[in-house]
Amino acid sequence: MQLTTGFASPPIDAARAFRLVLDAMAHPARIVDLPEIEAPAPCSPAAAIVLLTLVDATTPLHLAGAHDSESVRDWVRFHLGAPLVGPQDAAFALGAWDALCPLGRFPQGSADYPDRSATLIVEAAELRNDGARLTGPGIEAEAYLALPDTAALQANAAQFPRGLDFLFTSNVQLAALPRSTRIGGA
Amino acid sequence: MTDYNFAYLDEATKRMLRRAILKAVAIPGYQVPFSSREMPMPYGWGTGGVQVTAACLVPEDTLKVIDQGADDTTNAVSIRKFFARVAGVETTEATARASVIQTRHRIPETPLTEGQILVFQVPIPEPLRFLEPRETETRTMHALEDYGLMHVRLYEDIAKHGEIARAYAYPVRVEGRYIMDPSPIPKFDNPKLDNSPALQLFGAGRECRIYALPPYTRVESLDFEDYPFTASKAAGQVCAICGAEDSYLDEVITDDAGGRMFVCSDTDYCATRVAAQAEDAA
Ligand SMILES: [Zn+2]
Repeated sequence: MQLTTGFASPPIDAARAFRLVLDAMAHPARIVDLPEIEAPAPCSPAAAIVLLTLVDATTPLHLAGAHDSESVRDWVRFHLGAPLVGPQDAAFALGAWDALCPLGRFPQGSADYPDRSATLIVEAAELRNDGARLTGPGIEAEAYLALPDTAALQANAAQFPRGLDFLFTSNVQLAALPRSTRIGGA
Repeated sequence: MTDYNFAYLDEATKRMLRRAILKAVAIPGYQVPFSSREMPMPYGWGTGGVQVTAACLVPEDTLKVIDQGADDTTNAVSIRKFFARVAGVETTEATARASVIQTRHRIPETPLTEGQILVFQVPIPEPLRFLEPRETETRTMHALEDYGLMHVRLYEDIAKHGEIARAYAYPVRVEGRYIMDPSPIPKFDNPKLDNSPALQLFGAGRECRIYALPPYTRVESLDFEDYPFTASKAAGQVCAICGAEDSYLDEVITDDAGGRMFVCSDTDYCATRVAAQAEDAA
């Protein structure tokens, strides 16, 4: 069994990675480049960095579809210590879009505590600034991001302040779609 | 490992804070609970802001810390020194040079720019607290968007004083949803909250809440059609040092005889203007 490396210098690498994730979350659809890192197949380097930065023994993690592999599970156990759970108990989830759907399986937060909802790390073949027109907090005028299923994500946004938050990852790239982003429309 | 204590807090604590910050950014104006940690300074010194700053800093940052607009108070100096030591960051007094600004009770006069993070120290995060002391009740009011009582109370102010009698911590509505306490900034600063290119983060240490305004977020000060919000300050006053007419002024007692003058609360803004005037004169 080969466990790929985590952060070389955890406190500083995690700090730099968080700032990039924060930049992405604060600017929906902005595509940011994360550093290269060895990741367990089929996990992208960007997804591995997000996990190393945010996930630990206190945050239940759901691995969906092909990402529920032995190499990812071993890596999670070694580097994060996060309990692996079903979608209904997840604070974070990792997988391709089709494996993560339907979205209703994940905690959506409550009216009193909308923050108690899952963050989904969605692995994509590529990230592109075209397709759906996005507006809302973090976006000066408008932004565009190719989305896997516009209708499902519109339904998520319509639940605001409840709802899921999304981090789309592809190779070393990351783009965020928080629940606050309005999708489509003039 | 020499960098174990980067930014003072342990890694698990920073991850917890970072998760809370991301949720706060995703739900603008909503107060995310977090587990506040002991910091090597008393609560009144902004432990909430310090924890948020600690979770955000990278070694490449340039940090500015202000207390009521001033960079040179004991509070501001000690927080700046603290982060220079534990995070190795460069510090500055110049608003335009800072990548992260931690503030107590002011927003800098110099307009903030894209990429900057403004971290507010918050004593009481709950804007409805003065109406309703019970946390379960205020939480339900936010959940149901039940803000009628707030509007009634503000309208009573108008009936009594002819205006909304709040000079500080003037409540705002975020993106038409959550009512939020902007911390005890003067209401003069409220318009700077709206549509700012900077990311604004709020940390309340004693009450364990983090909330956020992402860049370009709509922030409206509560008002009424017949009593629109005004960000007024003392009319007709100018800064006795730099002559600014557009900045927030502090009244300073100058001698035992009760002499007084008005000067910019934002010391960097004032000093920058004085330097520019000296250059023009030369
Ligand atoms: Zn001045």
